[in-house]
Amino acid sequence: MALTRDQIAMRVAQEFQDGNYVNLGIGIPTLAANYVPDGISVMLQSENGLLGMGRYPTEDEIDADMINAGKETVTAITGASIFSSAESFAMIRGGHVDFTVLGAFEVDVNGNIASWMIPGKLIKGMGGAMDLVAGAKNIIVTMTHADKHGNSKLLQECTLPLTGVNCITRIITDLAVLEVKDGAFYLRERAPGVSVDEIKEKTAGKLVVAGEVPEMVFA
Amino acid sequence: MSGFDKVVSSFEAAMEGLEDNMTVIAGGFGLCGIPEGSIAQIKKMGTKGLTIVSNNCGVDGFGLGILLEDKQIKKMISSYVGENALFEQQLLNGELEVELTPQGTLAEKMRAGGAGIPAFYTATGYGTPVSEGKEVKEFNGRPYILEESITGDFAIVKAWKADRYGNCIYRHTAQNFNPMAATAGKITVVEVEEIVEPGTLDPAHIHTPGIYVDRVIQGTFEKRIERRVTAK
Repeated sequence: MALTRDQIAMRVAQEFQDGNYVNLGIGIPTLAANYVPDGISVMLQSENGLLGMGRYPTEDEIDADMINAGKETVTAITGASIFSSAESFAMIRGGHVDFTVLGAFEVDVNGNIASWMIPGKLIKGMGGAMDLVAGAKNIIVTMTHADKHGNSKLLQECTLPLTGVNCITRIITDLAVLEVKDGAFYLRERAPGVSVDEIKEKTAGKLVVAGEVPEMVFA
Repeated sequence: MSGFDKVVSSFEAAMEGLEDNMTVIAGGFGLCGIPEGSIAQIKKMGTKGLTIVSNNCGVDGFGLGILLEDKQIKKMISSYVGENALFEQQLLNGELEVELTPQGTLAEKMRAGGAGIPAFYTATGYGTPVSEGKEVKEFNGRPYILEESITGDFAIVKAWKADRYGNCIYRHTAQNFNPMAATAGKITVVEVEEIVEPGTLDPAHIHTPGIYVDRVIQGTFEKRIERRVTAK
């Protein structure tokens, strides 16, 4: 069975280690904050200038001066810090953020990512995505393996305008966990009940399957 | 010390000297920490042909979005502009030009502009449409693109508190682009929730030293919330 959005987020959260600073993009990546394993503390970075992002506020706590990068009202955890946009992107670009998790339209075997622009549709802008993929130590892409027409999003070469080049090392889809290296996707884990053949069929770029591929384990 | 008193008593005085075709750098992220009164004054003045440098362009009917209503903006330099229908319409009509700039690069362009650095190399955007026409140089085996800094004829900034000398502090995430914008204007206008006497703010806690600030004006703020989300 393909994973749900929450299950993808759950699998993403397994990547985090105690003490990591993490930037989560909008959508599935944001859900990962709900599944950080017990005994692990991560601090969430929001690129509008908040390190130590907390939960959403109660009605009483709502403060127009306290928002996240998605422009949603938010709170700060104890021990948070708040700073300017230049400082925020200094820590991103400077490689101080341990993990960035973001969505994508396409990823290719050379670690290129396209996530911000579909020619012919209205272009809203890249926001902080280009800075994030250029700067983070580890970037995880979360997306469905194929689009709703069944076309693979894991390609030999991206077709859409890029967000960054040679930067993606790990992809977590509804079907699999893959590593990107040496010009190929390496299949590391399967979603429970999903066959290697199905993953092969839905992966357009070069896929390496070495030995037995374990199923993902959810606690 | 009256030569350091930056306080002006009206938005007319605060925005005096703004002319058609100028570049205005505006602080704010979405609708958070935006200089509401300065924007309203620009609308009132009817200044046209403006280049606005700001992370976003407000929403329909609020924030920088109100400057679209009378077509006062010629060009927007922003990282994300998807929040208003009027923007989309003017962009598709060719009435408005947009230069999409990665958010961190935009912040650094302002910072560098205010710091007297004309350009800088960054890996952000290399190999993407952003790098088209820009110089590429390798450092330690990695390619970087050359980005030019930005300064403005005016910078409009929203701070929480400022003293009469223009020393400012910001509140929570309403800080965002405001400190960089403050450094990058030939004339920097700061509108604040509260003007205090010099000595009230701890000197070590000042976010924007008064040297960057030309005019301080007492504002009133609606502080509209773009996405009100509460805990379940």
